[in-house]
Amino acid sequence: MITIQSLTFEYTHHSPLFQNLDWKISRGETWAILGPSGCGKTTLLYLLAGLKFPTSGEVSINKEQIQRPRPHSGLILQDYGLLPWSTVRENVALGLNVRKFYGADGKHTPENFIPKDNVESWIQRLGLSEMAEKYPGQLSGGQRQRTAIARTLVLEPDLLLMDEPFSALDALTREDLQDLTLSLCEEQNITLVIVTHAIEEAAALGRKILLLDAPPNQNPRIFENQNAGKAGYQNSPQFLSLCKHLRSQMQKKGAE
Amino acid sequence: MKQRDVFLAAVVILAVWQVAAMMVSMSILPTPLAVVVVFVNELQNGLLTHFAVSLWRVTAGMMLSVLVAAPAGLVIGGSKRLNSLLSPMIYLLYPIPKVVFVPVIILFLGIGDTSKIAIMFLILFFQIVVLVRDQASGIAPQLLQSLQSLGAGRRALLRFVYLPASVPAILTALRQSIGTAVAVLYITELSATKYGLGYYIYYRGSTLLDYPSMYAGVLAMSLLGLGMYFSVDWLERKWCKWKFVS
Repeated sequence: MITIQSLTFEYTHHSPLFQNLDWKISRGETWAILGPSGCGKTTLLYLLAGLKFPTSGEVSINKEQIQRPRPHSGLILQDYGLLPWSTVRENVALGLNVRKFYGADGKHTPENFIPKDNVESWIQRLGLSEMAEKYPGQLSGGQRQRTAIARTLVLEPDLLLMDEPFSALDALTREDLQDLTLSLCEEQNITLVIVTHAIEEAAALGRKILLLDAPPNQNPRIFENQNAGKAGYQNSPQFLSLCKHLRSQMQKKGAE
Repeated sequence: MKQRDVFLAAVVILAVWQVAAMMVSMSILPTPLAVVVVFVNELQNGLLTHFAVSLWRVTAGMMLSVLVAAPAGLVIGGSKRLNSLLSPMIYLLYPIPKVVFVPVIILFLGIGDTSKIAIMFLILFFQIVVLVRDQASGIAPQLLQSLQSLGAGRRALLRFVYLPASVPAILTALRQSIGTAVAVLYITELSATKYGLGYYIYYRGSTLLDYPSMYAGVLAMSLLGLGMYFSVDWLERKWCKWKFVS
């Protein structure tokens, strides 16, 4: 589904974050991008989202080179990106309203876009009915994140990109939303790429884990983790062993 | 602002005025009660017309300023390039005291309302454009990126982010401008007109030496400003509900 070929990216007057990076993601996979601060995790996500562009090389999704944000990709950021002046209901409907604003132009909105009123069903599905008329300032972190997820899923994406979405939440809310995200992605057959700096989160969510090091990243290591998301996995010896292994790999690279 | 607080503040101001008038005991400073009596009488004797003319001029000047300055501020604040290009010009023009151009503007636009509205527009334009520009350029990039990821291009960002984000700034600019607008109104109505509270106050005070009437005019002008403050507060509660929830 996603193909990254010979990707090189650098910010102006900085050394490259990525140099000739190759990476492939298949439809329906669940990836976690893990790495220390400044390694380029968020930049890689923005390159997938079409919000940044390679210095050289190519990022393609479904064989189409990414040149702008893609209507079928959803992006959820750490601070949720909700409009403070809009209610939960208005925020959930925002993507649809943007699409209605442009019409089916094939650029901002898919050419085959038919306005669908699925806002209420996603509000209900994510347990937001009681707070539908509230503003983001009146919500807890978990409720805000649920609103952001509902807003993205309303648009029926095939790719969900998340940038440290649960880092500001308490442990129980975080685990609840991690489970919800995984089950929704599986149910809707959505490819998930989540960026995190937390080893446990990467191991809990990513069936594949891309470990980035200090830049420039050329050949990042990939760890298989097929049990991610299964009931009880986070209490299993395999999970703990993987976390230990990832930690030692990060420390080893850090020491180098 | 609570109505009770405004009422208490008014009582304190009236009390200070009453004491000062009793201490001075001269016709140049009548008591509040004497002024209120004249004010009520004068309302039926032309003051209401002067009030209406001034209200029209100041409202037109402020509305014109908002209609031109708010979109300009949005466009400048939303574009780094335009901002760096136009900001030096704004900073050079902003501090120039526009009120000194009253005679020139009257020569250009005549002695009618147009020249008075134009001078108010000139002064308020810069206050509003600077506040709205700062608000628009201060919008969190993450918010814009979230919207872009939902498919929003420049036009949709303007419609769904920049415009609603700037409404509080526009209202703040309006609130800050009311004092200036009323002061400018007084200056513009000193010449080339026979209507308006500025004319009324100056004529009654300086020509007729009728001080109670002059103070009735000052009271009317204060009520004009106060009414505008309350109107902006009302608009804020109506359009920016999210700021008042907890």
